[in-house]
Amino acid sequence: MIKSELIGRLAAEHPHLTHKDVERIVNIILDGMVGALEGGGRVELRGFGAFSVRSRPARAGRNPRTGAQVSVPAKSVPFFKSGKELRERLNVSGDA
Amino acid sequence: MKGETLTRADLCEAVHEEVGLSRQECSTLVERTLELIAEALERGETVKLSGFGVFQVRAKRARMGRNPKTGEPAAIDPRRVISFRASQVMKARVDGAPGDAMHDAA
Repeated sequence: MIKSELIGRLAAEHPHLTHKDVERIVNIILDGMVGALEGGGRVELRGFGAFSVRSRPARAGRNPRTGAQVSVPAKSVPFFKSGKELRERLNVSGDA
Repeated sequence: MKGETLTRADLCEAVHEEVGLSRQECSTLVERTLELIAEALERGETVKLSGFGVFQVRAKRARMGRNPKTGEPAAIDPRRVISFRASQVMKARVDGAPGDAMHDAA
């Protein structure tokens, strides 16, 4: 499923809203989450999962093509951990 | 914003303020958005949200693990897990944010 399909399905459930409205709403939701992480915060959506920011220390890397050593600076990366309920829904017995 | 935790209520509020729909309807929209993503994943579909990231379902095979508390070997059943890959846009926006130092490794 891609974003436009998600928007299409939501729009079908909310016939009084235009496709454009729903698109805007989905973007506000996704952008809200990124905004929280950008500020170093977390996003906790019970049953679905949580997004957090993890820091990666600087390290010495290599250019895989040339083998030349390069230093990779420390960085912060987004991390997602699925929620308990969603994990369980993915693994109902006889499913895996 | 630093160190704050965003929840469904905050997302509802953002939609309510920016679009002007009732809080009740905003709450439904947030919930349905998450639910439609969850349902797609349940069906084993990959969910691609451009500018945000990709959720993918991966099958893990059975393996022998250990109870970390007792050290006893324990069988781990095959299972499906979700992996999330942030988009370049999200990575760029998050880099520079203070990270959770507790999870530096990995």
